Amino acid sequence: MLEINNLHAELEDDSEVTILKGLSLSIKPGEVHAIMGPNGSGKSTLSYILSGKDGYKVTDGSATLEGADLLDLEPEERAAAGLFLAFQYPVEIPGVGNMTFLRTAVNAQRKARGEEELSAGDFLKEVRAKAKDLQIDADMLKRPVNVGFSGGEKKRNEILQMAMLEPKMCILDETDSGLDVDAMKLVADGVNALRSDNRSFLVITHYQRLLDHIKPDFVHILSGGRIIKSGGPELALEVENNGYADLLAGAA
Amino acid sequence: MAVAQLKLDTTTNRLAAVTLPDGAVWAQAARSDALARVSAMGLPTRRDEYWRYTDPASLVAVDAPAAALFDNGEGPLFAGLDKIALVFVDGVFDASQSDDLTGVGLEIDHLSTATQADIHWATDLYGKLEERGQHPVPRPLAALNTAIATDGIVIRATAAVTKPVHITYLHQSTTSDVTLHHVVRVEEGASLTLLETGPGAARLNTCLEVDIANTGQFHHIRAQGNDHERRAVTHCFAQLGTESVFKSFTLTFNGVLTRNECVIDIRGDDAIAHVAGACVGDGDDFHHDDTVFVTHDALRGESRQVFKKVLRNGAVGVFQGKILVKQGAQKTDGYQISQSLLLDDDSQFLAKPELEIYADDVACSHGSTTGAIDETALFYLRSRGVPLHTARNLLTLSFLAEALAEIEDEALAEELQTRLEGWLARRA
Repeated sequence: MLEINNLHAELEDDSEVTILKGLSLSIKPGEVHAIMGPNGSGKSTLSYILSGKDGYKVTDGSATLEGADLLDLEPEERAAAGLFLAFQYPVEIPGVGNMTFLRTAVNAQRKARGEEELSAGDFLKEVRAKAKDLQIDADMLKRPVNVGFSGGEKKRNEILQMAMLEPKMCILDETDSGLDVDAMKLVADGVNALRSDNRSFLVITHYQRLLDHIKPDFVHILSGGRIIKSGGPELALEVENNGYADLLAGAA
Repeated sequence: MAVAQLKLDTTTNRLAAVTLPDGAVWAQAARSDALARVSAMGLPTRRDEYWRYTDPASLVAVDAPAAALFDNGEGPLFAGLDKIALVFVDGVFDASQSDDLTGVGLEIDHLSTATQADIHWATDLYGKLEERGQHPVPRPLAALNTAIATDGIVIRATAAVTKPVHITYLHQSTTSDVTLHHVVRVEEGASLTLLETGPGAARLNTCLEVDIANTGQFHHIRAQGNDHERRAVTHCFAQLGTESVFKSFTLTFNGVLTRNECVIDIRGDDAIAHVAGACVGDGDDFHHDDTVFVTHDALRGESRQVFKKVLRNGAVGVFQGKILVKQGAQKTDGYQISQSLLLDDDSQFLAKPELEIYADDVACSHGSTTGAIDETALFYLRSRGVPLHTARNLLTLSFLAEALAEIEDEALAEELQTRLEGWLARRA
């Protein structure tokens, strides 16, 4: 599904700052991978580079989604190709209704893929059903995108977008940040409901907690712009119990 | 050339070309008084502080510069609305496109008719609010309007008028030079909605005087478009009685030069005045100027100015807004915000917000910002699959939303929003 090979990247306006230094990762259809790592290890940057945010320059390596060169595509083309990033800090957009936003996004992707656009009626039916599962009420759907939403509401709104857009490859960037236990469970349930044989997940997190709810197949430790260790779910427990220090020392 | 000489020459040349319309004694007096005011003030020049950001030369020239007609095929605004329709074609009333004015539930008349009558209620208002609005800042083009306006509508609302009055200004001659003057009196407890749409002329000068009695309500929604080469200077003078409400919103598309002045005088306690505007301009042949002056001269008045401008490809936007709180106007609540969204480096926004306060127990705030499209929000939308130009347009509408929210009637707001979407979509 997602193949990242020897990815090197630096800040666009400061080539002194190298963020990724040879990152490789292979995610197969249906797999859930988790990336953990200390602050500043490059976790969020990886998600931004994969989804096409400005400000970074890839100096070496490649990233492909089902064989398509991601790095060559505009952000909206990556989305249409099936990539989705759940933001750590979802953006507030005053004046644009949540429904308008969702429908624009869904239909833009369908159009880009040469599919027929969803009718207003079908869209409404689908969004209502999916919103209900995430306990998103009609009022939240009507309000401007993320404006006045609590931390938990913003994250649930991200998962609703994911559910509506039906991506193949989902990246969750610290989706657990700012969530209380109940909200985390709700979000995790939403994610788990979307797990399937042909959809993969990359879960970026600081803590093992989220991984109790979204059980990964593989766990990777990112440090200094590279993956220094990979393993199964037990690796996350090791981090939880011992911190990163031992792992970093072992890799040095 | 000395400043005074330039002003004198400009004024002399323009006034030499003026003929005052005929009318009853009171009307003739009002017009010659107004003409005398123009002579005394002189017409504006670029050297005037109040015209520092907008060059009035083409507005005061003897002949109106030609303006090509422009039709994007969108059809008339508010066509489906139940309303009292009044249509002017290049400033000439067109009865065939207008509704019959008898039995519409309010006193409504043509200025050209009213000024022929020896006795008319408009006598007490015509040119009077304009004259008072000349201090402390002179507005000579409004006085010129009072002097030479050939027609207009005079309306007296004595109850809640359910149907809006809709004035449409059609533009058919590329050289039309039109001056229209409207007078509105909203009596105690009455309410009225006035809509104004259309380009009007190659050069349009409109003046609207609104006198709102205690507890009266006046709503004003205007859409200026669409012709790229049109010029317009408009004035609105409003006088507010106790517990009265004045709300005005203007949406402007295109136009080589538009100057909208709104002069609000809050004279009665507990009155509310909101004036808002949004404009969209594309190209260095777009210049839009909103000039607002709100005077609080009563207790607990609330005023609100919300102006948003979207500018691209060298378009220029100007905002001059003032809140004057007079001595004794305690508990005044004044708010003013002017913002521009510059879609490129070539466009310009010039803002002059002013507060002048002589009362010690008031809450007044003002703000002005200039910015570009928010890159973070743009990336967020694109990451969801929204193409770049659609994402930019969504964020542009998002920027304008606060101004459009000033329109109370949702159906009217929606129709204007659709026009904005169309304008943006045509500029992919």
